[in-house]
Amino acid sequence: MSDLADFTVTAAAAGLRSGDFSSVELLEAVHKRAAMTEANLHAYLTIDRDGAARGAVAADSALKKGTAHGPLHGIPVALKDNMVTRGLETTASSKILSGYLPPYDGTAVTRLREGGAVIFGKTNLDEFAMGSSTENSAYGPSRNPWDPERVPGGSSGGSAAAVAAGSALVGFGSDTGGSIRQPAALCGIVGMKPTYGLVSRYGLIAFASSLDQIGPLTRTVEDSVAALEVVGGHDPADSTSYPGAVPDYRSGLKSGVAGLRVGVVAELNGAGIDPAVQAAVDQTVAQLEEAGATIVELSLPSIEYALSAYYLIAPAECSANLARFDGVRYGLRRLGENVEEMMSNTRADGFGPEVTRRILLGTYALSAGYYDAFYGQAQRVRTLIIQDFQAAYQQADVLVSPTSPTTAFKLGDRTQDPLSMYLSDVCTIPSNMSGDPAISVPIGVDADGMPIGFQVMAPALGEPVMFRVAAEVERQAGFTVRARHASSEVVT
Amino acid sequence: MTYEPVIGIETHVELTTASKMFCGCPVDFGAPPNTNVCPVCLGLPGALPVVNGRAVEYAMTIGLALNCTIAGRSVFSRKNYFYPDMPKNYQISQYEEPLCVDGYLDVETDGTASRVGITRVHMEEDTGKSTHVGVGGRIADASHSLIDFNRAGVPLMEVVSEPDIRSAEEARAFVAELRGAVLRLGVSDAKLEEGSMRFDANVSLRAVGAEPFGTKVEVKNMNSLRSLQRALEHEIERQAAILESGGEVLQETRHWDEEAGTTTGMRSKEEAFDYRYFDEPDLVPVEVDDEWRTRVAGALPELPAQARGRYLEMGLDATTAGLLSNDVEVGLVFEAAVATGADAQMVANWLTGEVTALLRREDTTLGATPIDGSVLAELSAMVTDGQLSASAAKDVLAGVLAGEGRPAEVAASRDLIQVSDAGELEPVIDGVLAENDEAVAKLKEGDEKVIGFLVGQVMRATGGKADPGLVNQIIKARVGGG
Amino acid sequence: MPVEIDIAKVARLARLALSEEDLDRYREQCEVVLEHAARVQALPTDGVAGTSHPLPRTNAFREDRITECLDTEEVLAQAPDRDGDFFSVPKILDEQ
Ligand SMILES: [Mg+2]
Ligand SMILES: [Zn+2]
Repeated sequence: MSDLADFTVTAAAAGLRSGDFSSVELLEAVHKRAAMTEANLHAYLTIDRDGAARGAVAADSALKKGTAHGPLHGIPVALKDNMVTRGLETTASSKILSGYLPPYDGTAVTRLREGGAVIFGKTNLDEFAMGSSTENSAYGPSRNPWDPERVPGGSSGGSAAAVAAGSALVGFGSDTGGSIRQPAALCGIVGMKPTYGLVSRYGLIAFASSLDQIGPLTRTVEDSVAALEVVGGHDPADSTSYPGAVPDYRSGLKSGVAGLRVGVVAELNGAGIDPAVQAAVDQTVAQLEEAGATIVELSLPSIEYALSAYYLIAPAECSANLARFDGVRYGLRRLGENVEEMMSNTRADGFGPEVTRRILLGTYALSAGYYDAFYGQAQRVRTLIIQDFQAAYQQADVLVSPTSPTTAFKLGDRTQDPLSMYLSDVCTIPSNMSGDPAISVPIGVDADGMPIGFQVMAPALGEPVMFRVAAEVERQAGFTVRARHASSEVVT
Repeated sequence: MTYEPVIGIETHVELTTASKMFCGCPVDFGAPPNTNVCPVCLGLPGALPVVNGRAVEYAMTIGLALNCTIAGRSVFSRKNYFYPDMPKNYQISQYEEPLCVDGYLDVETDGTASRVGITRVHMEEDTGKSTHVGVGGRIADASHSLIDFNRAGVPLMEVVSEPDIRSAEEARAFVAELRGAVLRLGVSDAKLEEGSMRFDANVSLRAVGAEPFGTKVEVKNMNSLRSLQRALEHEIERQAAILESGGEVLQETRHWDEEAGTTTGMRSKEEAFDYRYFDEPDLVPVEVDDEWRTRVAGALPELPAQARGRYLEMGLDATTAGLLSNDVEVGLVFEAAVATGADAQMVANWLTGEVTALLRREDTTLGATPIDGSVLAELSAMVTDGQLSASAAKDVLAGVLAGEGRPAEVAASRDLIQVSDAGELEPVIDGVLAENDEAVAKLKEGDEKVIGFLVGQVMRATGGKADPGLVNQIIKARVGGG
Repeated sequence: MPVEIDIAKVARLARLALSEEDLDRYREQCEVVLEHAARVQALPTDGVAGTSHPLPRTNAFREDRITECLDTEEVLAQAPDRDGDFFSVPKILDEQ
């Protein structure tokens, strides 16, 4: 039998059900893999040895009793450390939450537990999910399993690295401007951001509330479906949760793309995209056409402004969302003569530079005299972006583009220039602005052997058609290469 | 130059829903510290608010009672400022699109009617409570502060008036009328002293007849109707003195000091008021359609002004009618008594006199006493039947309040039943007349004043139990004077 | 379009006690990002309403029902400082 840590969720679930191996054995394989890879990759902030062991034992006993339910039953999962877990340290990679033990589970976490998933650990991220490389972690960066000198992308870089390296079968992340799709692309795995409201945000430490969505990072499209089936669906604890029934994502997975209209977005292809990335994307588009899809060239002029609008809206929301970290009720406290000084000292010391910068940006964009020109205008631009998408979906069933303009870059390459880092998300941000679903599927590698991601976007609640096209992309690409885990060479 | 005050009032009212505005924690003020808390109202990372539907209805009720237009669509916003007892360091409130707008409240000040515009009524959440530890418990001297988040997230309604008020008395009348309305609607216990109803006043002065408003000062920390009136009187005088001496009034927030009887300026930073409002992305808009609005409007109870009108028609004097209509609990007991045939003015006098005084003294509410409509009806009947004198009735009332039983039992045990039997009284009266020759002589000469003295003597001889009207009659008949 | 920020004022509003040196650096960086972000002003938006939310939903209410509260001990165990069953903070200078 090959290494259980390399199994897909779908294969592992089948093995568990047929009794080929147990959840405890599966967990052991993942522990073994993590022991090999963690020194290099630092995908995890916390591995919950005891909790995971209890989870695996419980999962096995349910399997024996035949009470197992859900496609992630008995499967070790990795959670981005901005998903709150009761009694399990949750830091969002920030010093300000060092040692914080939440007194409750978020809804997605509850659904995973109820679905029999084994929570293996909490993964590294850019502090409060702000970044595109996982270098903005107060606890040190994560590294790319394909090349530890490179970043895994971000902000869900820890979950992406873990799934790519085999130290989890499935990971969960959050995507505010591309934070699931971009690291998935850079680590050669599948990452999807559901329609806004499809997965409850209750228990997700907020970065930008109107943009954040929890979603899965997996090795295959089918695994992505399995993961979404467990965490998706209405939650009354989240007022912005989509109230309708969850559609069937699976039935279209093998239907192919014949008769579908695939829109190639002019603004997200070509200029500014690394030639090797663009060549791979063009090849995939050609394969889709060959498979029976109609290719439509489309322009969404307003999305040229999406990045600019995003860097007003996201910081504005974050400036309020992060106001609660003040040293009063939980987390770090730095002393001060009075409460105001205590708060100001705590926040100055507790937040890293990227978070501080975004709080300052957002505070400015909302402040008296600037609101209308900045935040207000960004919201109007957001309306235009949504209108452009709606018009585009009249002409195409899905839209496609590269996920990231480049493959994984070297650690430190972009940390000195915030704007260059922000450009990593130029292709992913538009779907966050519109609230629509999007997925990244690996399609090949560049000359350095670094993976390339292909993005499929769909209209709101268009997950079925998005998964259908993604599955075809996956088949066409035949991307079976896996990361070399970087287990033997420790990078210092 | 004569100045005219221009006053607007912002009132915050805590709603008596079962659970908080955005979470299921109970609204309960007696609980031990930090027990009525959850991830939402503690502002824990990851928690999200969900609007309490009943709080929206309560706010609509108030808006309708204040003759407001209920907005078809209203939106929650974040009001950003840091304060240690505000868990998220923003308050979820309504800003550009409140639930209720453009209403009014009619008030009466010393017999003069006026109409005060209501700019808006909006929904928001309360903060926690901090206690300042250290010398004297004052903020300035404290060494540190203790925070209890039980109150954080309690539904609050903010009622903002137009600057239509022109005197401290009118301001007081406005708040009293608003409080009465809130009580009648049953949406808040509106206790001023305990802070479940709080108000701030914006005060400026302008030359009489002038159009433009003067510089506005916000006065805070008044916790009774009396202190509102005193604070405003003081603030009006203070501003007038500044203007008369050629000075300029500073735009600021001032704190009313009840003991000193003065307002003092509060240190405020220039940017303290940059609240950076924006739409709350964790909530969705509230839409009220005609059906919902009509249903809530149809269930509105009678308001103080309407009750007052009815009480005046019953023949009550204006003051008593006003007092009864503003306190729904007292008003309902009054109505129950009158419904069973009690004398309206008599019952009203008891309720606004002895009963109110006792409630204040004992710091309790009417519901906690044995007084109800049937008790007052029984008592009233005893007076009308001549079994009790007016003064004996008050003694009986005191006995009932002291838990001595129903009026008949108290009257019997305190031996207060009047002697209304002429046959029983005549021998006593004859004795008194025999002992007071001089007075009897004066009465015969037509000096009516002495009759009171003679009645008094009979009352004394009967231990206060004689029916004074009857005694008076018999004396007149015996002496034949007048 | 050059953007100028009163960074000290913004930092005070955000309750961030930053050194002069840090303030200078953040001011420069923020100005660069805001210049890029200010491109949104180039797009004509007359008559366009803003979108604060991508989900067209209204009236998400909960019933007025009491649900279970957290355990006070579990809550206070996370507090940086406590005094009995209260959260304790340094003195509060002024009322808001
Ligand atoms: Mg308010
Ligand atoms: Zn609560």
